[in-house]
Parts: sequence; C-alpha cells; structure tokens
Amino acid sequence: MSLPDLIDHDTLSSTLSEALRTGGEFAEIFAEDKSSTSAHLDDGRIEELVSGRDRGAGIRVVRGETTGFAHTADLSAVGLAAAARAAAAAAHSDDGGVHEISLDAHLVDHPSPPKVRPGDVAKADKVALLQRADEAARAGGAEISQVAVNYGDSRRRVLIANSDGLLTGDDQTRTLFSVGAVATGDTGMQTGREAIGHTVGYELFDRYDVDELARAASQRARTKLAARPAPTGEMPVVIGPGGGGVLFHEACGHGLEADLIAKGASVFAGRRGEKVASELVTLIDDGTVAGEWGAYGVDDEGTPAQRNVLIENGILTDYMWDFLRARKEGRARSGNGRRQNYQFLPMVRMTNTFILNGPDNPDDIVAGTDHGVYVAKLGGGQVNTATGDFVFGMTEAYLIENGRITEPLREGNLIGNGPGVLAAIDAVGNDFAFGPPGTCGKDGQGVPVGDGVPTLRVPTGLTIGGQAA
Amino acid sequence: MSDELLELADRVIGWARDDEQVEVVVGRSTETEIRVYEGDIESLSSAGTAGVGVRVISQNRQGFAYAGTLDADVLGEVLAEARDNATFATEDEFLGLAEPDGVPVPELDLYRASLESVPTEDKVALALELEASVRAADDRITGVESAEYGDAIGEGVVVTTTGIRSAGRESACYVGAYPLAKQGEETKTGFGFSVGREPADVDVAAAAADAARRATRLLGATKPTGGRMTVVFDPFVTAQFLGIIAGTMNGEAVNKGRSLFAGRLGEAIANPIVTLVDDPTDPRAYRATEADGEGLATRRNVLIDGGDLQMFLHNTYSARRAGANSTGSAVRGFKSTPGVGARAVQLTPGSNDQAALLAEVGEGILVSSVSGLHSGVNPVSGDFSTGAEGLRIAGGSLGEPLKEFTVASTLQRMLLDVAAVGNDVEWLPMGAAGVSLVIGDVSVSGL
Repeated sequence: MSLPDLIDHDTLSSTLSEALRTGGEFAEIFAEDKSSTSAHLDDGRIEELVSGRDRGAGIRVVRGETTGFAHTADLSAVGLAAAARAAAAAAHSDDGGVHEISLDAHLVDHPSPPKVRPGDVAKADKVALLQRADEAARAGGAEISQVAVNYGDSRRRVLIANSDGLLTGDDQTRTLFSVGAVATGDTGMQTGREAIGHTVGYELFDRYDVDELARAASQRARTKLAARPAPTGEMPVVIGPGGGGVLFHEACGHGLEADLIAKGASVFAGRRGEKVASELVTLIDDGTVAGEWGAYGVDDEGTPAQRNVLIENGILTDYMWDFLRARKEGRARSGNGRRQNYQFLPMVRMTNTFILNGPDNPDDIVAGTDHGVYVAKLGGGQVNTATGDFVFGMTEAYLIENGRITEPLREGNLIGNGPGVLAAIDAVGNDFAFGPPGTCGKDGQGVPVGDGVPTLRVPTGLTIGGQAA
Repeated sequence: MSDELLELADRVIGWARDDEQVEVVVGRSTETEIRVYEGDIESLSSAGTAGVGVRVISQNRQGFAYAGTLDADVLGEVLAEARDNATFATEDEFLGLAEPDGVPVPELDLYRASLESVPTEDKVALALELEASVRAADDRITGVESAEYGDAIGEGVVVTTTGIRSAGRESACYVGAYPLAKQGEETKTGFGFSVGREPADVDVAAAAADAARRATRLLGATKPTGGRMTVVFDPFVTAQFLGIIAGTMNGEAVNKGRSLFAGRLGEAIANPIVTLVDDPTDPRAYRATEADGEGLATRRNVLIDGGDLQMFLHNTYSARRAGANSTGSAVRGFKSTPGVGARAVQLTPGSNDQAALLAEVGEGILVSSVSGLHSGVNPVSGDFSTGAEGLRIAGGSLGEPLKEFTVASTLQRMLLDVAAVGNDVEWLPMGAAGVSLVIGDVSVSGL
C-alpha cells in the first residue's frame, strides 16, 4: 500500500516543529479521512441511504505527564499550525525552541485489504440485499410482525506522523449487515437479531448468505415467544461457542488495559506472573486476525497490530499497552492504542480478544452438567474494572436439565466477578468460533472489536437474574 | 454566531429545485475537556467540530448526506449525494419536512457568554479542587481514577424549503470525579458530578461529597438473600429507568409495532400516582432546548397522567403516519435524519423525602446503582433485568451494603407496582430527572 495523501510531507514536518516550539517532548499528528455509506430498511420500506464524509486531524503534545490535544477539520498548513499551537499550550515550558523533524515512512501491510471496495458497488445492489433479507425474515412465519435490516460500509484512511520520526498509515475497510426481527404472539413480543461484520470489502457477501442470516433472526424471535422466564440465582452456566466471547472481553480484557492498571483501577494490577485463571484458559488479543472486526494494519498511534498473549494456561503474562503507558514503563507498545476518530485522544483498547480451544468435547460439557443454563448468545455487557464485577445480557439462552439442553429462556442478565469466573472455569471445548461484531465503549469512545470463545463451563460464581421467583 | 450558519444553510436552500423539499442542518460546537490526576493536568483537549447535513425529499422518497466540515465547496456535493440517495428509497406518502405549526418558540436562556471568557487556568483549578476535595473527604479514598472538567458551546440551525428557519445556542459545563475506596483487600468505586451552564454554576463540594459517599458506602458489601421484595430506586437509578420508559413511548417504535404500549392509548398502564412528563422547556433540564431537531418549538408533553397513557412522542414523519401532530420531539445531530426522543422526562414528585419513604417501606433494598441496563432491558418485550448494588432497608432505615445481586421484573409490571414517588427531585446530566421511587414485588436474585 501507499500512505494516504492527506497531508504532504513538508506540512507534517513543519506542524510537528510548531507543536514542539513551547517545550513539548513529543508531538503527533493523526489525520483521518473516513467515508461511509449506510442503508436502512424498516417496516418493509427502504427508509434511507446515508452517505457521510469525515476528515480532520488531531494533534497531541506530551510533556512529562501532561498531554495537550486539539483537533481540526482544516488540513491546510495554516489550520494544522493553529491546532498545533492549541495542543502545545497545555504542555509548555521554558525550554522550547526550533526542532527539525525528519520523517521516515514505514509502510505496514493491512491483514485483510478489501477485494471489492464497497464504494465501487452500485447503491442499487446494496438496497437489493436489504430487500432480500426482509423477505426471507418475513417468510419465517405469520408471527413475524416487524423486520429491520441495516447495511453499512466504511473506508477509513489514517496517516500518523510523530516527532520521533515515525510516518505511517493504514487503509481500513469494514462492512456490516444486520437483521432484527420482532415476533408477536399470545405472550407479547420477542426480538431476534443477527449481525455479521468484518474488516473486509463487499466480498463479505460471498461468504455469507443474507437470507440465511434473516431466517436465523426470525427463528430466534419465534423461539423466544415460547420461552419461559429465566431462573433466578447462582447456577452452572455453559457458554456456547462464538456468542459468549464478549464475556471475556468484559470480565478480564478491560482489566488488562495498562491505563487502568497504572491507576490501580483494575483487579489485575500487580499480578503479572501470577495464576489468575483456571489453567484451561489462554486469552489472546490479536489485531492481526485477517478480516475480523477488530483488525487493522497499524493502531491509531502508528504501531503495527500484533498478537498478544494476555493469559497463558491461567498465568497472567502481560497487559495491553499504548504509547503513553509504554513510554512511562520504558517498554514496547503492543499495538493497542486506538481512538474513535481524529476528535479523540488514543487510549489502550482491545482488538480481537478470544480464548483458545481447550481439550473437551462440547457435547460432553453439556452432558456433564446436571442442571444449569446454556447461553448461546450474550448481548452487551459492562464491567467495573476496579472490582471485577460484570453484568451481561443473555439474548439466547436455554435451560440445561439432566445434561440436556431443553427449554428456551426469556432475556435476563448474568452477573459475576471476573477473577472469580476465570478461576472457576472447569471445562473448555475444542470448537472455537468468533462471535458477532462488537462496538466497545470506553470513556465515551466506541471502537470496533471482535471476540470469540469455544464452549466452556463456569460451574460457580455466575448469577442469573431472571423474573422467575 | 448563528447568522453565519443560517447564511450557509440559506445558500443550500437556494439551490433547491421546485419539485423537491430540502432541509439543511448545520451544527457547530467548541469543547474543552480537562482531566487531572494526582495534582497534575493529565490531558487538556480543546476542539471545534462543525458539519452540515442535507435531507432531500423528492417524489415521496427521502435521501440524506452529511459532511463533517463547513467548507463551502463541499455543500454542493452533499446536496447532490442526498439527491442521489433519495432515488433508492421506497416511496412513502407520509414523508415530508416540518412546517411552521404556530407553536411559539420558548425563550429559555440556555447560553452564557461568560463560558467563552473563563480562562483555561480557572477550569483546570476547578478540576484540581475537585480531585483534592474527594481525596480529603474520607480516609478510605485511596485514589481518584479521574477528575475532570468539561464544557461545550453548541450552535445549531435548521432551514427548510417549507418555511422553517430555526437557530439556537446552548452552553453547558460539568465537573465529575471517579474515586476508588479501599478497605482491606476490597475496592469500591463511586462517582459524583455537578452540572451547569457556566463554571460558576457547578458545585465542586457537592460533587466531591457525592463521589466519596458513593465509593465508601458499599465497602463491606455482601450478597443479599433472594426473593420477591420491595425496592427503592435512588434518584440516579430512577432517572435511568425513566429514560427506558420514555423510549417505549417513542412514536416511531409505536408505529412499527416495536413498543409494548402500542395500541394502549387511554388505558391505565401505571399506578394512579404516576404522572410522567417530558418537558424540554424546563430550563433546569440538562437537555432543555428551544427548538427540536426539525426546527419546531419544543413543548411540555404529558405522557402518563394519573396512571393513564396519554400520548406518544412524535417527529413530523412519525406523527403523519400515526395521524397525529409532531410533539416537537425530533432528535438528531447533523450526521443523521431526525429520530424521535424524550429530552427531559420527570415524574410528578410525591410529598416524602427518601428517609420517610424508607420508613414506610420497612423491609427491602435501596438500589443505589445498576449496571447492564442496555443489555438487560428489552423495550419491545418489556423484560427487565439488571445487575445492582445497594443497601438493605431494615426496620425502616438503611442497613448493611449489598452487592452482586440482580433486580428483575417487566416494565409493564414495574409501572403498576410503583408504590410511592419521593420529593427529592435531582437534575442530572441526562435526559431525565431523578427522584426516589418505591417499586413493590420485584424479583431479587441472591444467595
């Protein structure tokens, strides 16, 4: 690939010099040009197509522990210089001066460059996909009372230059499709949703059949019509492959982010080298997994994505790092410095976070569970990293009775404590799968992330919050 | 100020063809965010954001496009893209832009010029003072994960070919702190904030006291015994709950059969003590605004009156489909077409403070915070399940702290099970006001 031509070489150098004039120790320009298309079908109608374009740059200046930041949508030399001065104002000292910055371009290959650029596909083709999915979902039966379908694609080109001489960039294309169905019956309404999203182009639809996706969504909504209220209380939980990965993103991933560690706001602080999980657990964060939702070539600080082993056979091996935290500790960054867009400062974020396969046959795991809940799909979740307490929504769950998956359950939350759950895991299957695309929120910034998990069992420490008394 | 934005919008409107309706939304904001950590500035961000969105309705089809810039040379492109997008949409006779409806625009005084002249040093000082106050509040506070000051000035205009020409400007600022409290090996977190329209409005001492109290009062918490019982929601929890309830009265969701209250107008859906209003013209509300996202005057909307469902919220499109009038409830930024939403939901307060409510309840749980609301509540089916922390209510007063339990019911039942509303109304940095709320017969998980 070549670098995005958002700002020329001389302007980058002069802007960085300007940013360091008041005594900053480090300056960085992050420029971004993002174009996106989305199309939305609801209630049988193509309601809208939206085209968007966002372009701008964020400049930060670091001195000691202080970061100054400013952003601008004006990428001219004048606009960038003004932003550089605004960012420098927070990080000034008396030892400023003129710095010559010489930039050395590093090109990094993206793990999954798009084969078919969504921008080259006719809008009419995208609209046709929505209509097909709508028909397929409605064909699911008379109970299906409403269907919404979303298509989205984005191309995000980024350029990063800093006063250490780094000059690099990335070209990230993502494509997303989701179907949500409502089924209505005697017991009220229930919902089902299916989503696919990958860091690829329009070839996403060579891999997935939107009709199948739509049928699955409406099947889920219909099944839940007959569901009984989820039980209440602590009981064994079997997490199904793929759809339960978000549990580990929340329950331990966030607590392994170096910025939270540095502030003592994580239960995993100071525990490197210690056993923090069952030895069946190996947890990876890997931004290089081709096509996964959280993949990229370089992070938003210009560090190449890499595969990081966070927990190996139960031992905490490392945290995830961005520029600031790695600089303070005098160690290498791990490619986890991300931001929602040029209007935000980067921070430590996950990419694709997953548990590796274990030794067990998934059928045996269920058969060996006398009574409990089988969670096929988790919805969103939330964690308090300082305490490790987390909560998740179960969007598809079943009762396990006498070692067999029996009745479907209505929605309910699942609560527990991260370190407690990690230690309790007593079976990990050999059927790993990635889950649906996610958006991870932290400090008001959302970034695309992937997660995955094989079938596994948590015998104690998870509490189901259902309506059943 | 807004004159410049109006001029820009007018220019695009001037390009409209006779056979199309065009709406231009222009937004611009400047923001400051200061975070301090251990007595130093951790980060100081200052930034301006601006953009324009164009909606075109032509032959009953709608298209939209936006750009995150006010560059004059992209305006034409955005209009062309919106026009092109319209050709792919389904024909819909109910589409149409807002038209002036005679409702006078309220004058709410939501902008303070002073915000622009307060020096950055003073804002930094507020954040530092907050951090120091939280640390000093209690020996068990071992750190403050983040203490911050933030402010924003936002301007927006909406101009249409149908006669709408609206402009508004608002300022807001806040301070917030997130402390960590420790006792032995146990850690708890808390938060406290204060909001206003200018720095002089924020109450650092109150925010610090709140943050310290929230972080320390749950130290030593244990899991409760489960069962069906009465719970009291702290004001902050009630505000979150009301936000969800208001979502079920979104006319767009109702039209599409995605609300559990569709078809139930006029019916008793709540205990008769429940009167729920969405009033963005109340200047105390954090999201108060004079005009909605389509440029119509905002107004006071009574959603539930004495337990009876009175109305749904609408924007222009959802109202036309429902055969109703817009309630001035269009919400949007320049990056999207208008949705429907509540901005300032409040319950008519009762006459008792929280202590009196607790005495009345006798036995139960005070829920001080909830987590996982976005994942555990389904506004279509009404299923409600959330992780919670709180304090036992025993003998009519607060007892020991409780953690790791869930509270579950359905939205339908909870409204009917409301047993009392407090008088301790609290305005929060969100779309609803908090107040203590007593709800009977919810399912609490535990040991």
